[in-house]
Amino acid sequence: MAERSFSKEIEKLRLGDGEEFRGEGILAVTKALLQSGVGYVGGYPGAPISHLMDVLSEAHGLLDDLGVQFVANASEAAAAAMLAASVNYPIRGAVTWKSTVGTNVASDALANLASGGVTGGALIIVGEDYGEGSSILQERSHAFAMKSQMWLLDPRPRLPSIVEAVERGFELSEASHTPVMLELRIRACHVYGRFRAKANRSPAFSVQDALDHVRRDASRIVLPPASFEHEREKVERRWPAALEFIRSRRMNEFIDGPREDLGVIVQGGLTNALLRALELAGVARPDGSTDLPIYVLNVTYPLLEDEVVRFCAGKRAVLVVEEGQPEFIEQALNSILRHADSPTKLVGKAVLPRAGEYTGPALLSGIERFLGEHAPAAPRAHAASGTAGRISSEAAALAPAIPPRPVGFCTGCPERPIFAAMKLLQRDIGPLHVSCDIGCHLFSILPPFNIGNTTMGYGLGAAGAAALRSDRGKRPVAVMGDGGFWHNGLTSGVGNAVFNRSDPVLVVVDNGYAAATGGQDVPSTRTPSKTRSTRHPIATAVQGVGVDWVRVVEHTYDVAKMRDTLREAIASPGTGPKVVVAASECMLNRQRRENPQRKRRIAGGERVALDRFGVDSDVCTGDHSCIRLSGCPSLTIKPRVGRPPAATVDRSCVGCGLCGELADTAALCPSFYRMRVLHNPTRWERLRAGVSGAIIGWLQRRAATRRLRHAF
Amino acid sequence: MHSESAPAPAPPTRQRLSIAIVALGGQGGGVLADWLVDVAEAYGWIVQSSSVPGVAQRTGSTVYYLEAAAPIAGAGHEPVLALMPVPGDVDLVVAPELMEAGRAIARGLVTPDRTTLIASSHRIYGITEKSAAFDGIADPQPVLAAMRREARRLVLFDMERACAQTGSVVSSVLCGAIAAADALPFPRELYEEAIRRGGVAVEANLAGFAAGWQRARDPEAAAPGVAAAAAPSDGPTTEIGRRLDARVRAEFPEALHPAIRDGVRTMVEYQDARYAGEYLDRVGATLRSDAAAGGAARDFALTGAFARRLATWMAYEDAIRVAELKTTSERFDRVRADADAGSTQVLQLTDYLHPRFEDFCEMLPAPIGERLARSPAAARRLGPLFRRGRRIETNRLRGFLLLRLIARLRRWRRASWRHRREMQGIEAWCERIRRIAAMPDAALELIESQGVVTGYGDTRERGLRRFESILQLVDRDASAPDLAARVRRLRTAADPDES
Repeated sequence: MAERSFSKEIEKLRLGDGEEFRGEGILAVTKALLQSGVGYVGGYPGAPISHLMDVLSEAHGLLDDLGVQFVANASEAAAAAMLAASVNYPIRGAVTWKSTVGTNVASDALANLASGGVTGGALIIVGEDYGEGSSILQERSHAFAMKSQMWLLDPRPRLPSIVEAVERGFELSEASHTPVMLELRIRACHVYGRFRAKANRSPAFSVQDALDHVRRDASRIVLPPASFEHEREKVERRWPAALEFIRSRRMNEFIDGPREDLGVIVQGGLTNALLRALELAGVARPDGSTDLPIYVLNVTYPLLEDEVVRFCAGKRAVLVVEEGQPEFIEQALNSILRHADSPTKLVGKAVLPRAGEYTGPALLSGIERFLGEHAPAAPRAHAASGTAGRISSEAAALAPAIPPRPVGFCTGCPERPIFAAMKLLQRDIGPLHVSCDIGCHLFSILPPFNIGNTTMGYGLGAAGAAALRSDRGKRPVAVMGDGGFWHNGLTSGVGNAVFNRSDPVLVVVDNGYAAATGGQDVPSTRTPSKTRSTRHPIATAVQGVGVDWVRVVEHTYDVAKMRDTLREAIASPGTGPKVVVAASECMLNRQRRENPQRKRRIAGGERVALDRFGVDSDVCTGDHSCIRLSGCPSLTIKPRVGRPPAATVDRSCVGCGLCGELADTAALCPSFYRMRVLHNPTRWERLRAGVSGAIIGWLQRRAATRRLRHAF
Repeated sequence: MHSESAPAPAPPTRQRLSIAIVALGGQGGGVLADWLVDVAEAYGWIVQSSSVPGVAQRTGSTVYYLEAAAPIAGAGHEPVLALMPVPGDVDLVVAPELMEAGRAIARGLVTPDRTTLIASSHRIYGITEKSAAFDGIADPQPVLAAMRREARRLVLFDMERACAQTGSVVSSVLCGAIAAADALPFPRELYEEAIRRGGVAVEANLAGFAAGWQRARDPEAAAPGVAAAAAPSDGPTTEIGRRLDARVRAEFPEALHPAIRDGVRTMVEYQDARYAGEYLDRVGATLRSDAAAGGAARDFALTGAFARRLATWMAYEDAIRVAELKTTSERFDRVRADADAGSTQVLQLTDYLHPRFEDFCEMLPAPIGERLARSPAAARRLGPLFRRGRRIETNRLRGFLLLRLIARLRRWRRASWRHRREMQGIEAWCERIRRIAAMPDAALELIESQGVVTGYGDTRERGLRRFESILQLVDRDASAPDLAARVRRLRTAADPDES
């Protein structure tokens, strides 16, 4: 991460008592951790929580002063396991990751942690990557909280509420000896807002204190008979303690409203969307006052039976606003009301979508149906806006006219040539089965490459090809990024293929960073780091677990070499995996690193060569084969009169050279050229350019004259 | 260019405003959102913004959403702000690209009673538009029509051009347009202060802001619309030209003159006057078949299309043509301007050429070339010389002279094997067009089929094979009533080798 500076963000983390914090939700969480006297923090990066990790990994000065440990964990499982420090010692610890994928990975450690319980507060901040903008499977973290009995906080999406949830979360964890999950949706992580900061606190009991005063309690270790005792403890002691804490601290909110016969129960994180939808339905106002009473569940697990029964008392019907499925909360509420013999009717998924994000239109339509069925004559405070929440059929009809914009590789990305090479190879040897992984390289499944069959999870690209073994026919190809490789792919994919004498072809995309999550360093990062040990080559690692056949392609843009290496990997005899390490640096990070240096060097009078590519539109026939092989954002088209649009390279080109290589390797067309501008050229270069320029100019003028004579 | 702007209405009186910035990753939507947050706070309003950047940062489309509200009087109350837009409840939609504005409309974010739409009319093409063979550009008309229909107020101009003119980025031009459009109650100074406080490329951003402001306030003040593409000067300039022009006027109906004259000009430029004569012979033969089939009633559309397609084919791109185009002074000037190379910098121009063994054979005199191409021994021995691409440094003497040498082979072009093959193809095509001229729809499809024979190298080889299958279809089923549809299917089908 040497390429980015987070000094502005770190300044915000230093704010003192009463000062106003302004910024993003996830940074507010980071500040709240420090205000809460956290002793150690870790996690695995991923949208939408990457920022927490990025900022803390650069904040060593601040963390050292406070005595806070920060660990960039190898995986979510490793991060969860780290919370073990809070089992024996009264240290507050927090970890974070993208959910539910990260929670899936972490659940082994989480289940063990939740079984034995904790002494110090243990907080798990999950970035709930659900709905629009999500890049993963659509599931709920809620199930994990229930199955392992961890408490789940879902605060209102405003900074003061989020910060309070962090502070209360630690206390709740300690009061009930239970890990607490704090769920933040994507927009809440990225929301800009403000809150009054408090001074940071050093941990009352630090990691150093723990090492100096080792404590051991065998009853906290998950092994029979303790494990049976843990289960009893969970329901008999920890659960009641949690209920008492949540009740006494009033963690859930009751918003009053004049309607006594109706109400709404909502997940805290959806409160603002609900209030807006109620306003558009004419039963709430911009200041948040509402006709319908609302019970806001800032804690969505566990539920407080007495609060629920009290809220529902005297109400004919209550709307439950719970995003995602299965509808765990609605089921639990129904169970509570049934036990209490309550006549109140709960209405949830009956009027609201069973799947998908609860957008304004989805909520508005559910509220309209709820009011229509249960309060058809309800006085609306003001007329609802007639069109709000609805898309006119005329507007919607425009959708097919809009070209889609799937995500894709960045300009100059070194991964593009890998898949261009695969595409060329498939022309020769037919289609390949390609087992994909998680990371930028998964964009290969989209146009223009259309390469890849499955993706089974982070680091599992090679494992996903394990069953496809045959003595005859083509080998499967697996793709894995360096992030996934270090996350678990080295063992689950590479080592295990060696062990089973499998011989898949494994392409490891070694671009030097966990690029898809924001460019964090990994062990094989090639640039030195002040705070971590980097430069551990992937090739050495795979050889270490027994791979004999390894090829490192140092310059992936050499498409011919890439293609030939892949061909060799597929054809080469012998058992054991064939590993191709495709090692060119992530262009986004490379540009961040090199651009400022280059500017300084040019300004300082040094000779610097800058490359950009171009297409001769006279020569381009407009068949766009080049685009179908490259897909670079800077390789685009421009309309021409009377001919199909010409390919063209726009100014965002970074001169990676792939389009030229492709024109060569695929024998596409002679339209591509490279413009190399020499800044501060040597005297000899200038002289030579001057002389050849003069002669060429004279020859060109002569040719032009002749052309004119014989023109039309 | 489209440009519209009504007189600025009075500032809105709503106490809460919702703003959606619909952008592409990397277009600076986040920077614009930050400026607007700063402006609203400086005005004393409460503001919230959010986004779902995620993977959309990488070329996908994404929405930045802001709400700004006046503080509510009385203690303990604050406005409740939402995190995502609701259709029909958006005051301002900002789109730095035409089709993204269309996408916002399709999502219901632009409504006639509420929404000011500020959009750039320029295009950033999507991957499906770019990767389509030939013309895959989406038709902007439905979007333009929808903008005029759905927006309460529309500010639409080419912001990319405004950026180029001021050396700024589209977010600053948009910011200026927002300030000028009065969709928000904030005064201009606050926007400019926000840009200054941002502290990044302040001068360029302020210039972009001013351009956006001016363009949104007074569309006439900006440069006039896109100058019509300079039409090639129509008349002949030489004796050769005048003779050919006389023939065009004497032998062809007037409606066809522009197309045929363009073709003749291309032929003279490509080869010589005799070649242009051959072109006119072929167009004349088709005209006669067209006329015999009642083409006059259709303004000889068939012959017109044929004249255009034939010119493209006869000016097939061989090494000679490419070498000529690569060495003109016009090209050198164009590259120099594109490279932004100043007088103190040296520009090195490298062309990426990959002549294949087949291309080499085709340049040779027909009998030799053909024998060489069909000889496995020659392919074995000479093939390796052509396995790798050649990088020619065209603006250095050696590279330039090499290309000029190839260009000068033009006088022997007619003798080349390539030429013979192309002429055979053209004759086979012309003959079938004349044969089915009585079925104008099918004939037109066959004429347009020339489009599949395009590109270079492998692409062209595959195109030729497809073209061959179209000719076979015509030979086999010349009288089938659905011939046109079947030819069309064949010529528009995706190239399976490129999927």
